[in-house]
Amino acid sequence: MQWFDALIQGILLGGMYAQYALGMALMFGVMRIVNVSHGDLVILLSLIGISLASSFGWGPFTVMVALVPLAIALGWLLQKAVLNKVVGDDPLPSLIATFGLSIALQNMMLQIWSANSRSLPGGGIESQSIQIGGIYVGLLPVMVLVFATGLTWGLDLMLKRTRFGRALRAASADVEAASMTGINARAVYASATAIAVGILGFAAVFQSLRSTVAPADGGAQLIYAFEAVIIGGMGSVWGAFIGSMVLGISQAIGFRIDPGFGVLAGHLVFLLVLAVRPQGLFGKV
Amino acid sequence: MTVLSTHGLVARYGDFQALYGVDIDVAEGEAVALIGANGAGKSTFLRSVMGLLAVKPEMVRLEGQPIGGTPTDRMVQKGVAIVPEGRRLFTGMSVEDNLRVAIDQADRLGRKGGWTLERLHLLFPILKEKARTGVQNLSGGQQQMVSIGRALLSQPRVLLCDEISLGLAPKVIREIYAALPEIRAQGTALILVEQDVGLAQSATDRIFCMLEGRVTLTGASSVITREQIAEAYFGGSHAVV
Repeated sequence: MQWFDALIQGILLGGMYAQYALGMALMFGVMRIVNVSHGDLVILLSLIGISLASSFGWGPFTVMVALVPLAIALGWLLQKAVLNKVVGDDPLPSLIATFGLSIALQNMMLQIWSANSRSLPGGGIESQSIQIGGIYVGLLPVMVLVFATGLTWGLDLMLKRTRFGRALRAASADVEAASMTGINARAVYASATAIAVGILGFAAVFQSLRSTVAPADGGAQLIYAFEAVIIGGMGSVWGAFIGSMVLGISQAIGFRIDPGFGVLAGHLVFLLVLAVRPQGLFGKV
Repeated sequence: MTVLSTHGLVARYGDFQALYGVDIDVAEGEAVALIGANGAGKSTFLRSVMGLLAVKPEMVRLEGQPIGGTPTDRMVQKGVAIVPEGRRLFTGMSVEDNLRVAIDQADRLGRKGGWTLERLHLLFPILKEKARTGVQNLSGGQQQMVSIGRALLSQPRVLLCDEISLGLAPKVIREIYAALPEIRAQGTALILVEQDVGLAQSATDRIFCMLEGRVTLTGASSVITREQIAEAYFGGSHAVV
């Protein structure tokens, strides 16, 4: 029962990781842009959300309604102002540009919000639980998982079935050939990054509801997102979702073995996947 | 009526000048061939026309309007399409998705024309059979058909073809070249870059032979002789074999 419980907790934790990983699956997995500031953007959005909630007395879902459009605008701006200038076959320029951005964002957040940990008041939903088939699970983690599943489903469908999704996959495969079919790759990329960061708007609300955030916390979110995408396989949205589950379950089981071993257990499973199946569980190439 | 023309087209890669004032024109429904040795500037010419290399606006004209240097995606909107060297398909996507990308964009850019997926399937039936197959799993000839189909679905007024016979078996080349008359029947103008001189002569109305970034010979494909071509191909100082 203890291990079954760990499995459930792991899946729920995986739901949170999936919310970080989806944007990464789009940017790193599909567009092959390395965005080192991914985690810092989650933290930035979380802190903005917390400030909005305390200034206007908003509940978490009102914050979400405001935060997601803001995140979309932020993503669009990020691509237009920074990433469109460095995209190309070489991933190094985007890595260096976003690494610099990451440091700048962390320092800016320290300046504005100080190093204190904060969280978003949830009005009670963070401590509610529901009974499913004889076991009690937290309402908030279940909501996180439901949102993560819905976002994964929507993103996957968008990539496979829509004009925008096809244009994005084409531009990611061969940007020059894409322009030869009439695709304006920069516009497509700007929209894609807007969507990737927009998803972080959801993640930011849930992250700051379930735990505390501080300006230096971005690095851990970044690593989990990278690991989930690589475990799942580049270019596969559902792969990133499953990768998040693998990471969450590994950590939850690790925590049961020893409270200090949880995070490390996740990294070890990641390394194991990288050694045994470097293309990832659902990787095509 | 002339659809596309170049006027003293000059192109360079950094300090290296690749084209020295090239004048080529093609009329509605006409096919012209661009022949010449490796490094003569044939692909550079197509890339310059397509907006992939910086050129001055008045150097390329579409129905008299200066369009040189227009970004490639806007060039497609104006009605110029290319079957690029090496086919350049979207790896990881199915045949149908590769073609759909072009349909999507033609739709978005408001380009109208007679090419549909159904008509393309009549022209190259194998594309229907392989619709769900990933393009990386196709043979070279099938990939070339996807690449041509993708360009046609942009509903071009002018179609640029960069060495569409390269690396293919003679039977497959015949199959692909058999599709050209139907493309021209739509009124589409064709500029073919071709290494095989015989093939170029049989499939086109006029030939332009290039040498070291200049046009050295122009004439009707049916009239021009092998000797003339050989001289233009290698330059006057070389012996004709």
